[in-house]
Amino acid sequence: MNVVIVGAGPAGIAAAGVLASHGVRPVLVDEADTPGGQVWCRFRDERAVDTLMRGEASHYRRIHASFDTLRDRIDYRPGTLAWAVSDRTLHVAANGRADAQPFERLLLATGAADRTLPIPGWTTPGVFTLGGAQALLKGQGCAIGRLVVFLGASPLLYVAALQYALAGVAVAAVLDTTPFHRKLHALPRLASDATTLRRGVLTMAALRSRGVPIRHGVCLRRVLGDGRVTGISFEADGREQVIACDAVAMGFGLKPETQLAELAGAAFRFDTASRQFLPAADGRCSDSVYAAGDGCAIGGADAAEASGALAAYAVLADSGAAVPERERAALRRRVARLRRFQRGLADAFRWPAHWIAAMPDDTVLCRCDCVTVGEMRRAVRLELGPREVNRGKAITRVGMGRCEGRFCGLAVAELIAAECRVPLEDVGRLRAQAPVKPLSLAMVGEA
Amino acid sequence: MTIRTTVAVIGGGLMGSWTAFFLRRRGIAVMLIEKGAVGAQSSGVNFGNIRLQGRHKNQYKLALRSHALWEQAETMVGEGCEFEQTGHLYIAFGPKQDEQLRIIVDEAQAACVDSQLLGPNEVRARFPWLSPTVTSASWSARDATANPRLATPAVARAARALGAVTMENTKIAALEPHATGFRLRTDDGVVIDCDWVVNVAGAWGADIAAMLGEPVPLFAAGPPQFVTEPLPRFILPSVQAVDDSVILRQVARGNVVFAGYPRGPSDPVSNRAHVQPEKTLAGLRNMVRAVPALASAHIIRVWSGIEGYLPDMLPIIGPSATTPRVLHAFGFCGHGFQLGPGVGAVLAELIADGATPTPIDAFAITRFRDAQVTASSKLAAEFDPALVGRA
Repeated sequence: MNVVIVGAGPAGIAAAGVLASHGVRPVLVDEADTPGGQVWCRFRDERAVDTLMRGEASHYRRIHASFDTLRDRIDYRPGTLAWAVSDRTLHVAANGRADAQPFERLLLATGAADRTLPIPGWTTPGVFTLGGAQALLKGQGCAIGRLVVFLGASPLLYVAALQYALAGVAVAAVLDTTPFHRKLHALPRLASDATTLRRGVLTMAALRSRGVPIRHGVCLRRVLGDGRVTGISFEADGREQVIACDAVAMGFGLKPETQLAELAGAAFRFDTASRQFLPAADGRCSDSVYAAGDGCAIGGADAAEASGALAAYAVLADSGAAVPERERAALRRRVARLRRFQRGLADAFRWPAHWIAAMPDDTVLCRCDCVTVGEMRRAVRLELGPREVNRGKAITRVGMGRCEGRFCGLAVAELIAAECRVPLEDVGRLRAQAPVKPLSLAMVGEA
Repeated sequence: MTIRTTVAVIGGGLMGSWTAFFLRRRGIAVMLIEKGAVGAQSSGVNFGNIRLQGRHKNQYKLALRSHALWEQAETMVGEGCEFEQTGHLYIAFGPKQDEQLRIIVDEAQAACVDSQLLGPNEVRARFPWLSPTVTSASWSARDATANPRLATPAVARAARALGAVTMENTKIAALEPHATGFRLRTDDGVVIDCDWVVNVAGAWGADIAAMLGEPVPLFAAGPPQFVTEPLPRFILPSVQAVDDSVILRQVARGNVVFAGYPRGPSDPVSNRAHVQPEKTLAGLRNMVRAVPALASAHIIRVWSGIEGYLPDMLPIIGPSATTPRVLHAFGFCGHGFQLGPGVGAVLAELIADGATPTPIDAFAITRFRDAQVTASSKLAAEFDPALVGRA
């Protein structure tokens, strides 16, 4: 059976493991050069694993050890971009060549990217997404600055800030845009995963014991600096404040990378909790196509592993193989419990969507094409102006650049919905088009 | 609800918007009815060429008239749409295409279009970024480009400012001719009584014609298109291989836009025109063949459109053969963007004056009724075989 998996993160590795143990040799395509995905991305210097991963170090080692034992039983293709899907063919580009990879079944474990929120000055050099800041530290062994502010609405702010502190980088502050009482409010749901909850509380305590200021319920005003970040201005406790820094890591939760699923024909539904469109189901999402992990619903690495295994069992079951039903049921319960925890987190660290409606006109909305919030507002207010995101893209160029709306899309939808005074789901989502990431012309070789 | 107007224009694309604009300039009441958003179909996603040279020989008078209107379009509508007189360059690879190019230049010059034939040395001197394998070229300085995404909404807004009524997200469910005019019913229950109907519904134009008992062999297709990331601008003119395998231009902000044949299927029912990845790869090869320096660029986006094609690769423009006071203008076979304002002016004249000085007989709908229409040689060369089989 010809099964192709996209993504060698927790979901993709787990799926490959299940398939391999049932005698299937899957093709595992991954954009990165080393396995692990974003969360378990392989450290450049393994000596840093214990320092930075702390309680998670053993998990990190287990994942990579299991991948190493799997390696001979799968067709692993690192450094390979999957850029399109059509007619049971995955189109890939690797080593300067474009190629077509046919499949009988395709399992998408594409993971998630940082959700960003445009604030004045967010395109100043020195501002990174939270995931980017972590990937640099783990994968490259370098920091985004010497004095770093972590800001946004995400539990990962604390995790990343502590990793930076442990690596010896000065952390100027953690500026959390959600108020502390929201976290208390979400506690009952967060109790569904007591271990992770405890780890989170300990992370905050460790930051405090290192003297890192933690502020809850801040309202971000502007990233300061002309040509380079020099600080961040914000409002907290009713007064304007400034913290000096030379780099900012910004994280407002995660956004599933759903482009390939969409191109493969997956149906989508609007998820009111996370205010975004998600594939309507994980497991089988269209004919011969399966989705798993954070690429279809944010659940974290543990949920992704379980969900990847589940999707692999669905592939096997649909192919007529016998699968252990009891294990599948246990995995389903596990995924449901972990995702419930994530919904609690989404509530505790709610993304401040309402800020976008109030953002000053000169805020850059689309960083690829430098389209401002004001330009979109003017377009919407014109006669025959856009009432839907794809139309907003056609008129203003938002989402037309290198990122194809992967980073600005959710903010664009919030802004158009606010301007048109309609529910968010009514303005739709930016349609995916191949290539899902920029494709080099040199890939195609000679004519 | 019943609305009364003089002219109902069905289709809020470039043709319909210009028609509404010119009708309002004559003081005639007009309603512009669009099933989706104004200018969102092929009027909004086409390549953006305002190409004067290389038209069909019977089309030059209309094209010249339209071109003159394009040259003042931004002033007329009071909004910019990135109109730029870039010039247009046909390029040939090899003796067979050199000969095709010579015919294009002869026909253009006969029609008073200043198209110049350039030999290989002149091509090299003037356009050093072109591949050395280009054997000849024809240069037409008056040709232009504009941003299709911006043009049609701007014209429709100008028509509104002159008093046109626009209805977006409105489909025509029924079209009933009666003794003195027409009754149109929309899908949301609105009744429109009018004296004239203008069918400018693009790839959906045949559906409207069918409501009047006038079948035409129209099929929908679209060229694969893509765009590179922004690069320093080094390509000023719009460039087109004479076999249409490559059509490219670099916009002022630096992106290189590409279109190229063969055209693929597009679906007017689901309203989608997916680009097959193989087409993208073939297009990339052709683009690098014409401009080798682009080999180091990245493409960031692809798209296509739902364009109406007819087997002789000529549009339908003019009065209905079955129903008085109906005008058709659709099926522009991928070359309508340049003709938009000219067609709008002609249709407004046909309604206001009963005649137009611009010759349009070659585009009469009767050609499909009266004789066997000869299929254009482009049909086999520029489309997926399955599409042509359907036509």
